Amino acid sequence: MDIVLQLVLNGLAVGCIYGLVALGFVLIYKATELVNFAQGDLLMLGAFTCYMFVVWYGVGYWTAFALAIAAVALFGAVLDAGILRRVIGQPQFAVVMLTIGLGAIFRSFASMTWGSEIYTLPTPFSAKATRLGGVTVSHEYVSIIVGTVLLCAGLYAFFGYTKVGVAMQAASQNQLAAYYMGIPVKRMFSLIWAISAGVAAIAGVLLAPVSLIDINLGFIGLKAFAAAVLGGFGSIPGALVGGLTIGLIELFAGAYLPHGVKDVAAYVVLLIVLAVRPQGIFGTVGRKKV
Amino acid sequence: MRFIFKTSYAQELGLFRDNVQRNWYVALFAALLVLPRALPDYTSDISLVFIYGLCGLSLMVLAGYTGLVSLGHAAFLGIGAYAHVFFVQDLGVPWVVSVALACAVTAAVGVLVGLPALRMTGVYLTIATLAFALIIQEVFSRWDRVTGGLKGKPVNKPALFGVSFASELAFYFLCLAVLIGALWLTANLLRSPTGRAWVAIRDSEIAAQSMGVNLAVYKTMAFGYSAALMGLAGALFAHKIGFLAPDIFSVLLSIQLLLMVVVGGLGSLHGAIYGAVFVAILPVVISQARDSVPAFVAAALSPLGKGAADGAFAMVDRFVKQPGLEPGLFGLILVLFILFEPLGIYGRWAKIKLYFALFPLYKRATFRRQKAYMRSERLR
Repeated sequence: MDIVLQLVLNGLAVGCIYGLVALGFVLIYKATELVNFAQGDLLMLGAFTCYMFVVWYGVGYWTAFALAIAAVALFGAVLDAGILRRVIGQPQFAVVMLTIGLGAIFRSFASMTWGSEIYTLPTPFSAKATRLGGVTVSHEYVSIIVGTVLLCAGLYAFFGYTKVGVAMQAASQNQLAAYYMGIPVKRMFSLIWAISAGVAAIAGVLLAPVSLIDINLGFIGLKAFAAAVLGGFGSIPGALVGGLTIGLIELFAGAYLPHGVKDVAAYVVLLIVLAVRPQGIFGTVGRKKV
Repeated sequence: MRFIFKTSYAQELGLFRDNVQRNWYVALFAALLVLPRALPDYTSDISLVFIYGLCGLSLMVLAGYTGLVSLGHAAFLGIGAYAHVFFVQDLGVPWVVSVALACAVTAAVGVLVGLPALRMTGVYLTIATLAFALIIQEVFSRWDRVTGGLKGKPVNKPALFGVSFASELAFYFLCLAVLIGALWLTANLLRSPTGRAWVAIRDSEIAAQSMGVNLAVYKTMAFGYSAALMGLAGALFAHKIGFLAPDIFSVLLSIQLLLMVVVGGLGSLHGAIYGAVFVAILPVVISQARDSVPAFVAAALSPLGKGAADGAFAMVDRFVKQPGLEPGLFGLILVLFILFEPLGIYGRWAKIKLYFALFPLYKRATFRRQKAYMRSERLR
C-alpha cells in the first residue's frame, strides 16, 4: 500500500510537469492554431536561465525564479512578434518544421552559452524529505505539485476575471469578431506566447531539482505531447488531467511492468488514444463543414 | 517561352517533355557514370547522396504529394536496415530476396501505422508517427536476438548473385541503379490514377472524397509505398554505414530527413534529390569552414593590427569548434527556408527559369501563395 501511495505521489509530481508543458501547447494551439514543437526547449531555456542567475551571479532562488520566468516570457513574445506571426495562415506543416528548427537553434544556443555538461540547481527544497507513515514525501515533489496548483489557479482567475484574459479568450475563439470588438489581436497573441513560454519556464525551474539540467531536457516535450493529445488538444483542464494520467501511468509501468516499458509507456498511450479516440478525453472535434 | 504542342499519344505517354529534356537527362546519366573517375575520393560520399535521395523520394511521396507529414521515417529506415541484415546474415537469404523481404516488412509496418492515419489529420499524424518512431527505437535497443541490442550489429559487404559489391565503386553503381529504378517507378506512379488521387488528398481531403477518392485506401497505400521505399533505402544504408546501432535511427535523423524534403522543395521529385545533395554536402562544407573561416577572418582584420587579428582568430576559432554548432545550423537553415523560400531549392530554380523565359515580363506575384485564415482548421 505504501509503495502504491509513494508511486501515486511521485507520479502526480511528474505528471504536473507534463501537464504544465502540455498547457503551454494548448494555450498556443487554442489561440493561434500553431503547434509549438519547441515548447520543451523553452522549458530547457527556463531551467538554464534560472541556473545561470543562481550559480553564476549568486542571485537568490526566488529572485532568479522570477527573473527566469520574465526572461523566457519576454523571449516568447519576441519570438511570436518576430517570427511565428509570419507563418500564421500557412500550412501546418510549415509551422511544425519552423518550430522544430527553432528548437534545434535553442539547443545549440544553450550548449554554446552554458556548455553541454549536466548541472544541478540548488534550491531551498533540495534533498529534504518528510516521512508521512510509510511514504517518503520529497520536498521537491511537493514544490512541483504546489507550484502547479498555484499556477493553475492564477491562470484560471486571469482568463476568467481580468479584462485582458477575457480579451484573449475572445481572440482565440474568433479572430475576426475580436478585431471588430476593438481587441488588439496581434498583441493578444504575443501575450499568449509570453504566458505559454513563462509556464514552460516555471515547469523547467520546478523540474530542475528533480531531473538534472542539460540541453536535452527539452525532450520531455515529446511526452507532454502525449498528455496534450490525451486531454484533447484544445482543452486546458484536459492538458492537466492528461499530464497527471501520463505521469501516473509512467511511474506504475516502471514499477510493475518489464524494464524498458516505462520509457515508451507515454507514447503507447498516445498511439492508442489517437487510434481509438483522436479527439481525446475532453476534446470537441467535429467534422469540417464545407 | 516555348509551348509544346502534343501531336501524338506517344508524346503524351512519354516520361520526358521533349527531346531536349531527354537529352539533358541522358547527359546527367553519362556524367554520373564518369563521376567516380573524376572524384575518386568522394565515391563513398556520393553513394550516400544516392541513399539519401531514396529516403527523400520516400518522404516526398508521403509529405510532398499526399500531404501526410511523418516525423517517424527514421524508424522505417531502421526497420528496413535491421530486417535486411537479419534476413541476409542470420537466415542466409539471397541478397535480392532479402531486400524484397525487407521492403515488404517495412511496407507492412507502414500500412499498420497508416491505418489509424485516416482518423487523424495534420499535426496529429505528425505526433503519432513521432511516438511510433520513439517506440521502435526502444524496440531496436531491447530486441537483442534480432537487432543485437545496444551492442550493435556489424554488417557485411553486399553480394548479389555471388558477385561481391565490396568495392566502393561497385557499391556506387549499385546505389545509382537502385535510385534510378525507384525514381522511374515513382515518377510513373505519380502520373497514374493513384498518384493523382494522392495529390487530390493533399490539396483537399473533402474535395478528393467527394470526387470518389477512397481516403482510407489511398492514404494507407501512400504510407505503404513510402515505407517500402524507406526499407529499400535502409537496406543500402546498412551496407553503407557497416554497423547498425539503435541510436542512429533517432528523432534527429527523422528531422534531418524532413529537412531534406523541405529544403529541396515539397511536391517535386527533383526536390528530393536536391535536398539529398544539400544534406549530404552541408556537413562537408561545415567541416571545411571550421578549418578556413578563422584564418579568413584574421586575414580580413589584419590591417587593424596584429593584436586584433589574433584576438579575432582565437574568438572565431573557439566559436566554430563548438560541438553544438552543426544541429543549430541545420535548424537555422530550416527556419530561413520556411520563412523566405517555402518552395525550397526546386522552387527557387523554377523562379529563376521562369524569370529568363518571360524575361521582361516576370511578375513576383506568379508564385505568391494564398494564405488560408481558416478558423475551422481544428474541425477538419
